[in-house]
Amino acid sequence: MTVRAQGEHRVAAGEVDGSTTTAGPRERPELFQVRFHGRGGQGVVTAAELLSVAAFLQGRFAQAFPSFGSERAGAPVVAFCRISGTEIRTHAPVDAPDAVVVQDATLLHQVDLFNGLGSEGYLLVNTTHGLDDMGLGGLADRLHRERLVTVPATDLALEYLGRPVPNVVLLGGLAALCGVVSLDSVVAAVHERFAGAVADGNAAAATEAYRLVTAEAKTANKEAAARA
Amino acid sequence: MLSQLEGSRAVAGAVVCCRPQVVCAYPITPQTHIVEAIGASVKSRQLKHCRFINVESEFAAMSVAIGASATGARAYTATASQGLLFMIEAVYNAAGLGLPVVMTLANRAIGAPINIWNDHSDAMAVRDSGWVMLFAEDNQTATDLHVQAFRLAEELSLPVMVCVDGYVLTHATERVDVPTQEQVDAFLPPYKPRQVLDPADPVSIGAMVGPEAFTEVRYLAHAKQLQALERIGEVAGEFAEGFGRHSGGLVSTYHVEDAEVVIVALGSVLGTIKDATDELRANGARVGVVGITSFRPFPLDVLREAIGDARKVVVVERAFSAGFGGVLSTDVGLAISDAKARLSTVVAGLGGRAVTEAGLIGVFEDALGDRLEALRFLDLDKDVVDRELARMAGTRRSGPSAENVLRDLGTVASGAL
Repeated sequence: MTVRAQGEHRVAAGEVDGSTTTAGPRERPELFQVRFHGRGGQGVVTAAELLSVAAFLQGRFAQAFPSFGSERAGAPVVAFCRISGTEIRTHAPVDAPDAVVVQDATLLHQVDLFNGLGSEGYLLVNTTHGLDDMGLGGLADRLHRERLVTVPATDLALEYLGRPVPNVVLLGGLAALCGVVSLDSVVAAVHERFAGAVADGNAAAATEAYRLVTAEAKTANKEAAARA
Repeated sequence: MLSQLEGSRAVAGAVVCCRPQVVCAYPITPQTHIVEAIGASVKSRQLKHCRFINVESEFAAMSVAIGASATGARAYTATASQGLLFMIEAVYNAAGLGLPVVMTLANRAIGAPINIWNDHSDAMAVRDSGWVMLFAEDNQTATDLHVQAFRLAEELSLPVMVCVDGYVLTHATERVDVPTQEQVDAFLPPYKPRQVLDPADPVSIGAMVGPEAFTEVRYLAHAKQLQALERIGEVAGEFAEGFGRHSGGLVSTYHVEDAEVVIVALGSVLGTIKDATDELRANGARVGVVGITSFRPFPLDVLREAIGDARKVVVVERAFSAGFGGVLSTDVGLAISDAKARLSTVVAGLGGRAVTEAGLIGVFEDALGDRLEALRFLDLDKDVVDRELARMAGTRRSGPSAENVLRDLGTVASGAL
């Protein structure tokens, strides 16, 4: 994929909060790291790549890479994306993600999805269920409740795209959840990679996920404020 | 043009701009994306006047490259790991004949045990083949080195191998300034072969040479490598003028001026080592890094100068020679043989094991505190090794070690997450 950088955009709110706590031994306040979990065929690697392209379009440095393995449809797959305001030199895996995206909820009790996710971390899960239904209610004890969000990304992909591929949809959700990239950049990255109905369907589904997650986060924020 | 793209695509884009006339390759992971992308460019006619030849093996890939190069065509191929071993006879021939083939080696471990992940065992297996061997630190360097590789190869009539860490670089999507066709055309003149199979002016290439002249012909190969030692830095300088950025050269240095401890390494681990260096420097530790870009020819003098007065030199390498120790370390040791510096080898990142910043900081700290032994296997699980040694000591038919170790660790499907 070849895309052109279009200069520095304003970084959305939320990024600074999410990036200062879990960034390894040295404070690198601008570094934001995302880990994607899914299964072969769900576009996990593409999700990380597109997130890096979206960040690049905002004038940021970004690095996406898969956790390398023998690729098989249905097998657990992990991919990473680092985003930073400065050049990224490391080529070590991400061990302390600021956000985790779970593309396939059937991985929940099979794979160590939350390994390294700090107390300031974000979690986005593709499911039609709530966190409690999936036995994840306890996560709210160690993470901010308003940073734990579910979105029915497969349903949205089926509705807008006609295919059960949730990767791009979740990028829309991630943009809403932690603001590390803007929805506009996600949509632009999608149009760089795909064409025609696939691009349009993915962009529309991502936009809808962005709307849903924004609404869910708002509700959670209100609840948090009420509790406080 | 500044782009965000996969390393393999960036390398392929640079190779396409070099206008190869014959590209022949056999697929092997993690090289595949590179030749796929070049193949697509041939098919779409973005790359014109190029034959993409699907060959039946790596041995055929290098043989076709040799044949093409001997007829005056600019020839390119790519491989990795066992693929390189399978073509090794032809690899030596390309160098011995002085044919300027350019090859990408997407570095990958060699079996057994079979392993598709990154290390430098493959490159080290052809260390003495006579090829110029350049190592890329990141995807920008990987991209730029390919452009310089064709220029060097054709000037010197020597094959050039560009080593790019498999997966770690080939499959990483990063920001890369991809050379434009105009830039490459201005930098890389059309290939003028020193020797060519031309029916109008017939010669034979590949004479049998007996004891009367073998030493002299082989010495000429060494002389050409010494010419490369001069030209690599100059070509990097000319590249910088044309492309506006520095890439390549013999070595790269980072904070070596006053360094007490210097780490020497090849390839993509250098970025992580630089991060570790910053971390330690922030606390006042005097540490530095030397990256070797040109592994063959080996820059003994430049390396010695770069290491300077460091009292401890640590070679971090992704390969080792069983029964001996470091491979790169031997060469580094020769470079500093007159210095007072003590040398340690740290074998790290074998078969795709992650080399972390924390692990490297530990190496630096142990070197600073004189706790680093002459040979260390970073993150080696000694307990697992000892248990297998005990099984072997306990019973004659202890079985295959790889399977025993995986069973010991409870691994169901190796590499799965």
